[in-house]
Amino acid sequence: MQASRDDFVIAIRSAFLKKENKQKFSLVALIFLTFLILVSEKFNLKPIDYLKISLREIAYRSTFIVSIPENFIKKSYIATKNHFSVYEENKILKERLDIELSKNYNSEYIIEENKRLRSAIEELESIPSEIVGKVLVDKKSPFLRSIIVNRGSRDGIELGMAVMDKSYLIGKIVEVTFTTSRVLLLSDLNSKIPVDLMPNNIQSILSGTGEHHGLIQYTRQQSLIENDAIVFTSGAGGLFKSGIPIGKIYKDPLNSRVIVNFFSDFSQLRFVKIVSFKGKPE
Amino acid sequence: MGEINKLNNFRKILEKGPIILLIVSVLNEFDFNYLNLKYFSFNFPFILIYFWSLKRSGSLGYGLIFLSGLFNDIVTGLPIGVSSLAYLLICGFSAYLRNITLRPSAIKDWFFFGFTILVVNSLIYLIISLIFNVELNYYSILVNILFTFLFYIIFSGLFNYYLKLIFGAQSV
Repeated sequence: MQASRDDFVIAIRSAFLKKENKQKFSLVALIFLTFLILVSEKFNLKPIDYLKISLREIAYRSTFIVSIPENFIKKSYIATKNHFSVYEENKILKERLDIELSKNYNSEYIIEENKRLRSAIEELESIPSEIVGKVLVDKKSPFLRSIIVNRGSRDGIELGMAVMDKSYLIGKIVEVTFTTSRVLLLSDLNSKIPVDLMPNNIQSILSGTGEHHGLIQYTRQQSLIENDAIVFTSGAGGLFKSGIPIGKIYKDPLNSRVIVNFFSDFSQLRFVKIVSFKGKPE
Repeated sequence: MGEINKLNNFRKILEKGPIILLIVSVLNEFDFNYLNLKYFSFNFPFILIYFWSLKRSGSLGYGLIFLSGLFNDIVTGLPIGVSSLAYLLICGFSAYLRNITLRPSAIKDWFFFGFTILVVNSLIYLIISLIFNVELNYYSILVNILFTFLFYIIFSGLFNYYLKLIFGAQSV
């Protein structure tokens, strides 16, 4: 018994403490260094910030280059898939276009009326400033859902700015370097934003799930939420302006969860708009 | 003479294969997210590091593994140092297995790999969620562990073939 315990200790010691042939560092020294980095990261120490900034600048650019072959395969796969579905899609789009055109006649009147009403209540008018960014890295890590775009502090990007795909909200800026920035997608588990559900004007919070959809949480009026209701930003908190479309409601009959199917497909983002909504008094 | 030099250079590049593959895999992730498979993901660097540390420890330096972990954290957006710790622990587990093994067996290596990634992922989950307060999808991690475990046997077959082809009789 004693001998087998000794063997175990010797094997562990040899694996972690002994510097092996052809190795410049011992394992335990590097593990100790990693713990130091983790502690510095936890307490936001300055040297770690410098290390992160330099690593980001190298990593994001290298990732873009290294991902070129995979991106080529990805684009070819999507193009082939789209090619086969083009006929069916065309039929559906024609029907949708008819419906949208009929809606469009009303929208101009509604926009004008909305402007008039807003000025009546002296609300701050949002002047969006828009920057278009290219998606450099689009990795579906099992831990986080985020993308890297090629716009950073030199282009005027700031933390918290809204990120949109066409006219749909997809996330916000959570990390900015000189030339790049990280966007936390709405589908990430840590993403929570205030929303309005239309019709019925129900206020709620949209949480990410780590999958391709979101969840409506913290609302007492769950029974009033209708299937196919549209989810818009509520503008609460002042981060985003109100009325940016996000997705459509689907009420799961099995577990009564209120699911949000995003309008934008987060796995196929190539260019995004980074928008700042700064209030300006009338 | 020139032909021989060219062949030698090509051989040298092939000997650096595991290093190149590690760098590419941490920067690129090979995630196949465009396939839209809901519950599919695996951790290729775990397989690569475990296999090469076990079979030919000199192929991947600990310093390089540490650095590649830092780069992986930057790319995936995790707190910096988390992946380095995971990679180094995997090196430690594989070094331990190498020390206690007299007669190598692919199945034993495979099951020990399963045990290793369970321990390492649990530790990483605890660090990320308890210390850094980042919310994680527990099921996604479990699926990731399962696929990483299943894929090990396939990749170890491929790597074994590569090992014999490039390093021949020198390999253990």
